[in-house]
Amino acid sequence: MTALVASDRTWFERDTTPAAIEAALRRLLVESRHGEHSGAIPARVLNLVTVVDRQWRGEIENRLERVGRYHASRTVLLAVEPRRTTIDARATVHVDAEPHPSGMTTAREHLVLDVGAEHVEHLATIVDPLVVTDLPTMLWAPHGHAEAIDELLPLAQVVLLDSVDEPDLEDALARARALARRAYVVDLAWLRSTPWRERIAGAFDPPAERARLATIAAVEVRHHPDSAVAGVLLLGWLCARLGWRPGALAARRDRALEGRARARRGEVRLVLRPAPEQPVRGLAGLTIETGDGTVLRLDRGEGGLRAERVTRRGGRRTWTVLGASRGEPGILGEGIRQALLRDPTYRPALDAAAEMVA
Amino acid sequence: MTAAAGGNPLVEGLERLPVGPTTLTIFGATGDLARRKLLPALYNLAHDGALPERFNLIGVSRGDESHDAYRAMAREAICRFSRRRPDPKVLDALLENVRYVAGTFGEAETYARLGELLAEFDEVDGVPLNRAFYLSTSPAFFPVIVEQLGAHGLARHDHAEVRVIIEKPFGTNGREARELNRRVLSVFEEPQVFRIDHYLGKETVQNVMAFRFANGLFEPIWNRNYIDRVEITAAEDVGIGTRAGYYDAAGALRDLVQNHLLQLLCLLCMEPPVRFQADEVRDEKVKVLRAITPPAPEHTVRARYTAGTEGGEDVPGYLEEEGVPPDSQTETYAALRLEVDNWRWNGVPFYLRTGKRLARKVTEIAITLKPVPHLAFEQAGSVGVQPNQLVYTVQPNEGVSLSLGAKIPGTRMAIRPVQMEFLYGTAFMSQSPEAYERLITDAMRGDATLFTRNDEVEAQWRVIDPILDAWAAGEPPLDTYEAGSQGPDTASRIMDPGDRWRAI
Repeated sequence: MTALVASDRTWFERDTTPAAIEAALRRLLVESRHGEHSGAIPARVLNLVTVVDRQWRGEIENRLERVGRYHASRTVLLAVEPRRTTIDARATVHVDAEPHPSGMTTAREHLVLDVGAEHVEHLATIVDPLVVTDLPTMLWAPHGHAEAIDELLPLAQVVLLDSVDEPDLEDALARARALARRAYVVDLAWLRSTPWRERIAGAFDPPAERARLATIAAVEVRHHPDSAVAGVLLLGWLCARLGWRPGALAARRDRALEGRARARRGEVRLVLRPAPEQPVRGLAGLTIETGDGTVLRLDRGEGGLRAERVTRRGGRRTWTVLGASRGEPGILGEGIRQALLRDPTYRPALDAAAEMVA
Repeated sequence: MTAAAGGNPLVEGLERLPVGPTTLTIFGATGDLARRKLLPALYNLAHDGALPERFNLIGVSRGDESHDAYRAMAREAICRFSRRRPDPKVLDALLENVRYVAGTFGEAETYARLGELLAEFDEVDGVPLNRAFYLSTSPAFFPVIVEQLGAHGLARHDHAEVRVIIEKPFGTNGREARELNRRVLSVFEEPQVFRIDHYLGKETVQNVMAFRFANGLFEPIWNRNYIDRVEITAAEDVGIGTRAGYYDAAGALRDLVQNHLLQLLCLLCMEPPVRFQADEVRDEKVKVLRAITPPAPEHTVRARYTAGTEGGEDVPGYLEEEGVPPDSQTETYAALRLEVDNWRWNGVPFYLRTGKRLARKVTEIAITLKPVPHLAFEQAGSVGVQPNQLVYTVQPNEGVSLSLGAKIPGTRMAIRPVQMEFLYGTAFMSQSPEAYERLITDAMRGDATLFTRNDEVEAQWRVIDPILDAWAAGEPPLDTYEAGSQGPDTASRIMDPGDRWRAI
């Protein structure tokens, strides 16, 4: 859902400076408190610093606008244009039209700076005066710009990335691990697997089912052809949580990857299979086989995940695990929200995944 | 495995913990609460993927509906009252596993049919599903339903959990509450029973605990040495609407003080639990309730609203409301002065008040600190130094504010109070789930932390019963206040010298 905007106050200046931008923003905030929406209070949750290619700036702004209620309270969007030598800036204070049930409305600030490649190596000195002190700061560079992230990391606590954007599986995991050593990483590829992880945890949660965890013999994860990294992270999560030692995945003729992990009671076969029929990024399904021949299969379906359980004797049950698809805007919004949380299971899953693709 | 032996190692790091496969039965399935709150809450849980992986719903009510007619009613209620626009695919999938049993609650046949449906769901799903029975009926049916469930063997289920969720009010006095507990506990074990006080499901009420126990700043002053008095207010600007039948029998004291306001007082006064677990939290709350001496009649105020003006509109008095008997003696306003007689709180007055048709809607806890012992500044030319006040607002502007004395700019050392304010709405991106979403999930998971235990309910009534007895005997007399006002003038009668109510 796109947040409705009741009123925007905007300032724009060519060839400007961070000090002038910061002063203009302060003025806008004062005006917004004394104008039509005098009850508007600036939200103070999160700084989001985004570095993008200038030519794709509009697309990223659209994506950010569609995250529903999960807007950062202050967004600083840096659009890098190779030959630019000056900074142009636009500052906007958005007052949400949809008031809180109490009647209170919140305001959020959106800064867009067009900068040149030459600014990137000094980006921290440009951004530092523009973020709200004491709020957590999240960095996101959806078009790469690794050098900008490196430059800005000292200002930030959290890095948002989508490992799915990196076509090479090994490079994607290596980059995520390198960042995770320096900051808390929120990986959209990981968040794509959240409903699946919840359902696997739920399937084995009843005490009678829990014993079967130790007997898992094979796991197959099906994924959008571009989302192998989401699949391998899911396998990495199972390895890390269940104490399996993963081995390397090898390519099969059918373009799937297959490997084995050593569990306490024996080996577990791991398969990562592309699902070309899957229209959106993320996971398409998974199958878990346990030692007693029971097969649990989950696939995307109408209104949730389609679940099927088949026993060795051929007994078959199917049902729907209810849940709405979040869509890409929902995944990005969830990524922004996760800046305030800490998931201790991502890094062990990432490390295990890296072992599988090494 | 990295989890403790026997635990589920896959749940670590998940925001939503798994809920066992469940069939939920709602008694009173066509009633107002079911339509406005329970069904929309279930949809929102489904939308978020927070229902059990296998979930079925059975509605039980007197109306002679078919399964399809009930599904249609549920769809209409969800579309009308859900906090988000339903996704048709999720809604269809949810309603697919909805069934309906028509019958009166005292009739054996109703439970026989219910038992058949429950068994059918188990058969279809291939596992014994947990069963949760939600009693969303008139309180008169609570013992009837519970006993019928027991008589039909539905209070236990091999290899699965059975839970019963009981709506408020839990009795209308201590005797009834004890009797209801006795009858409920003759069928179910206490850990199977979840007594709802939906206030406890509100994020901001839970935040009272977070605020107290996650901030070292407050604990040193959280006692009689530094706190002068506490006011807990639950004011509503609306009248009784169409609830005259219920409200006239209950009144303000039973409707809000016995449960919600005493719960707020408990959260404010309790000692820190060792762990945030059901019985540890509830043990601490019960200790607070047991430390309260029921107030003498002169430390209570009761009143009802007369015609007045609310938001510029003329509104009728309570006796003129539709459905209210002309000789009603029911209070729409109640105020009490309580003391918590323990080491931490001895001598600190706790003022509780609630009312309908007051100046505005607000629920808050105001903690006034003792004044500074000596003041070196002159007070002339300013409103002067006021004691610090910490105000925890539960609704509508959820947040915390602290009043501090600050120097007025100028050449003189004149002081005035200023506000340091924190508003939840500006600090979190997430939308709070409805209280019922949280409570239904917790009950299906068997987590009773936010539910009221049997001894807790009885301890609440132990405080309230003597007030009800005194009021029934006409002590103090029923006062009146104008609709849209701050309440009756006599409300200040219960306050210690020098204390006065905060403006609503």
